Amino acid sequence: MITLTINGLEVQVEEGTTILQAAKKIGIDIPTFCHDPRLVPHGSCRICVVEVEGARNLQASCTTPAAQGMKVTTESDVVVESRKGVLDLILANHPLDCLTCQKAGRCTLQDLCYRYDIKESSFEGERKEYEIDDSNPFYYSDQSKCILCGKCVYVCSQLQGTEAIGFAERGFTTHIATPFDKGLEHSTCVSCGNCVAVCPVGALVPKSKTKFRYWETKPVRTTCSYCGVGCQMDLLVKDNKIVEVLPADGPSNHGLLCVKGRFAYNFVGHPDRLKTPLIRKDGELVEASWDEAYDLIVSKVNEIKGEFGPDAIAGFSSARGLNEENYLMQKLMRGVIGTNNIDHCARL
Amino acid sequence: MELYRSHVLVCGGTGCTSSGCLKIVEKLGEELKKHELEKEVQVVKTGCFGLCEAGPIVIVYPEGAFYSRVKPEDVERIAEEHLLKGRIVTDLLFKDSVEADKIKSIEQVTFYKKQQRIALRNCGIINPESIEEYVAFDGYSALAKVLTEMKPEAVIDVLKRSGLRGRGGGGFPTGMKWEFTAKAQGDQKYVACNADEGDPGAFMDRSVLEGDPHAIVEAMAIAGYAIGADMGYVYIRAEYPIAVSRLQIAINDAKKHGLLGKNIFGTDFNFDLEIRLGAGAFVCGEETALINSIEGKRGMPRPRPPFPAHKGIWNKPTVLNNVETYANIPQIILKGAEWYSSIGTERSKGTKVFALGGKINNTGLVEIPMGTKLRDVIYEIGGGIPKGKAFKAVQTGGPSGGCIPADYLDTEIDYDNLISLGSMMGSGGMIVMDEDNCMVDIARFFLDFTVDESCGKCTPCREGTKRMLEILEEITNGRGTLEDIDKLEKLAKTIKSASLCGLGQTAPNPVLSTLKYFRHEYEAHVIHKKCPAGACQALLEYIVIADICKKCGICATKCPVGCIDGVKGKEVYFINQDRCIKCGACMGACPFKAIKKG
Repeated sequence: MITLTINGLEVQVEEGTTILQAAKKIGIDIPTFCHDPRLVPHGSCRICVVEVEGARNLQASCTTPAAQGMKVTTESDVVVESRKGVLDLILANHPLDCLTCQKAGRCTLQDLCYRYDIKESSFEGERKEYEIDDSNPFYYSDQSKCILCGKCVYVCSQLQGTEAIGFAERGFTTHIATPFDKGLEHSTCVSCGNCVAVCPVGALVPKSKTKFRYWETKPVRTTCSYCGVGCQMDLLVKDNKIVEVLPADGPSNHGLLCVKGRFAYNFVGHPDRLKTPLIRKDGELVEASWDEAYDLIVSKVNEIKGEFGPDAIAGFSSARGLNEENYLMQKLMRGVIGTNNIDHCARL
Repeated sequence: MELYRSHVLVCGGTGCTSSGCLKIVEKLGEELKKHELEKEVQVVKTGCFGLCEAGPIVIVYPEGAFYSRVKPEDVERIAEEHLLKGRIVTDLLFKDSVEADKIKSIEQVTFYKKQQRIALRNCGIINPESIEEYVAFDGYSALAKVLTEMKPEAVIDVLKRSGLRGRGGGGFPTGMKWEFTAKAQGDQKYVACNADEGDPGAFMDRSVLEGDPHAIVEAMAIAGYAIGADMGYVYIRAEYPIAVSRLQIAINDAKKHGLLGKNIFGTDFNFDLEIRLGAGAFVCGEETALINSIEGKRGMPRPRPPFPAHKGIWNKPTVLNNVETYANIPQIILKGAEWYSSIGTERSKGTKVFALGGKINNTGLVEIPMGTKLRDVIYEIGGGIPKGKAFKAVQTGGPSGGCIPADYLDTEIDYDNLISLGSMMGSGGMIVMDEDNCMVDIARFFLDFTVDESCGKCTPCREGTKRMLEILEEITNGRGTLEDIDKLEKLAKTIKSASLCGLGQTAPNPVLSTLKYFRHEYEAHVIHKKCPAGACQALLEYIVIADICKKCGICATKCPVGCIDGVKGKEVYFINQDRCIKCGACMGACPFKAIKKG
């Protein structure tokens, strides 16, 4: 164990812990743009710099390991001056359109400019201008808003394993791009939206059917119902309607989702969605109660089994069911109906 | 082995190659054949002699006659007069080597006299494509000594005691670096050589690789033995085709002779080397970006720690040194730590190679003991400033360095002294500036370079250097304000303290050092809208001096935009400033020097 002092408070951490993690342990908040505990630390944004006694320069707390006897100050004048400088530089190359930006309210840049009293940039000069890439069906990519924290790239390569995007060009013209700048449509992007989830600004935003502000929504933690993995997610609900889904940190998904969990939620409130069973009567589908439906199924199964034997019946179950439910399904087919005709969609 | 009575050394470095040395070699062959001297005189294509200004260079031994700016048509005379009849062709000699009636050999020429060549010792002497010639000059005996007589710890100890520090810019003690890597845990370790020389104007690493490639092969094998690595990579820029090809020949020959590969010198030490080509990104000279690039990733720096000594190439312990550092090592092993540490200053041992350029008479490569005064390098070795102009500053350390003014010319060159002056050793670029150089414009030039070469990973460097450049452009265009100068200083501080890698941390140095020593020039630009050196075009004004003007009208005929009015023979001519494009054609054309700029 290592003992260090942060803002005068002693903290004990294991070797290999970063200053950022050590500070978090005792409730000291150091701002970050590019940090994500699931990624290999890369120290790109430099907003998390802190003062370490005896060090030549300010140190990025997200990559600097804590050391025995280290004395760290996280909000000294020099540190605050440097953070303001970095924010000033970011803002000099970022549109000031918070009034209409979809990300307002969930934007780290907005939060930190508020925290450090940066109203506008002190620099005039060239700003980057890119066309919005709207070729993906589920999200927009607006490189003019990108602050190049790199999280989207690393999430795509290190966590999702898709490597659909990377850095193109260098220096001031660096931007996130698909190979040869051909656009998302022509990339290997699987639309999982995990890049969208980690973007700290409005450079990657979901295509939303509803206009909403994040502060108008209430998160509802739930388990994704698309398959049996059990991904945790937060449904953002406004006026009893899901307006967006955000991945949550669950034991099986660690803050990741797939395209279905992330974007395919519109069926929930869709007017065409079935809410009761339907029974065909005189050629017309008619709404029925669950009891009626079960009775009909049981009577039809008995009828077919009596006339043609159990092997005239087959069961097909869904990957949206849990393992336990699928087990019960095959038990029903084998034990109750008496046939081995049972299959599952995941086998196809 | 054949014995020759005379050797003709022709420089085959990049500089002399581009000025036609290959034709000279060809012509020499023909002439020797013509005079039937092939068995008496040997022609050797060597590496760089250093005095590129005087290229193509031909040296004839045993006299050491120093022929400079040799043209293919001169070869006939050299062969007939000198090689056949033994009469030195005086009018083709380098100017400094003829004094009254005496002819000086190359070693006695001032440019070389004050130099001490350790890293460059074989450059311009041996044929770099011949392993035999390298061996004849003690080549591979350091490796033999290390493998057969020394333990790895002893090798590291010699290096530590020698005081050798990294020649790539950082100046980190080499022995310590090797020790860290040797002690690091790892099933596989690597040795890497940084030959991605990128500072504008610096070419010492290229020269070593072109002139003495086996020295690098040998030193890297020594490093492999010292740290316990059996594999090495040389990361070299693809823009150095001659160096790449000679290094590859050296590696192949070393393998052929059992000096690379398995069981070197009959021991159980194995070592292999491969070349990796860089694609011309300056940032790939930064060690962690270089490692990324070797791994096939985008050349962007990684945070340190972990240092390469612990997690380098493919996260394995790696020792990474630059070409010039390696070039010193075989000599240190052979001659001892005490010999090496007796050269130089207290904290900077040995010699350093500088690429002397800019407003200086002798442009080229010089290797001097640490502690040599700047004045001696510029005025003695470098031969002073051309055209009798006044010295203004010397820029050391390339885009990471700074400008040192005349007041500090007596500074002894070493790592710490240069840093205390706000500059740095860097890889050894040394650009001399005279009264015609505008220091704001120089700062702008270097920032332009860094903006181009910033990898784009971290915010302060990517965004900050761009804003610094924009401000400098405003100032040199006459639109700057005093506030801009404060802004520059503040921005420089942020970039220096918060950037991820050395490139960003040192990028503001050219601005900070010129602000420190030449603030008045910045102020002249923003307050008086004048460029004292007359270098910033936007602030220039060409004016006809009425008293001197002879009304000849030549200026008006030369003006490409027709902005000069007057009547020939009757009226003094007048330059309309609003239309003038400041090309200076009128000033050059006026036979009476009646046009001044200011």
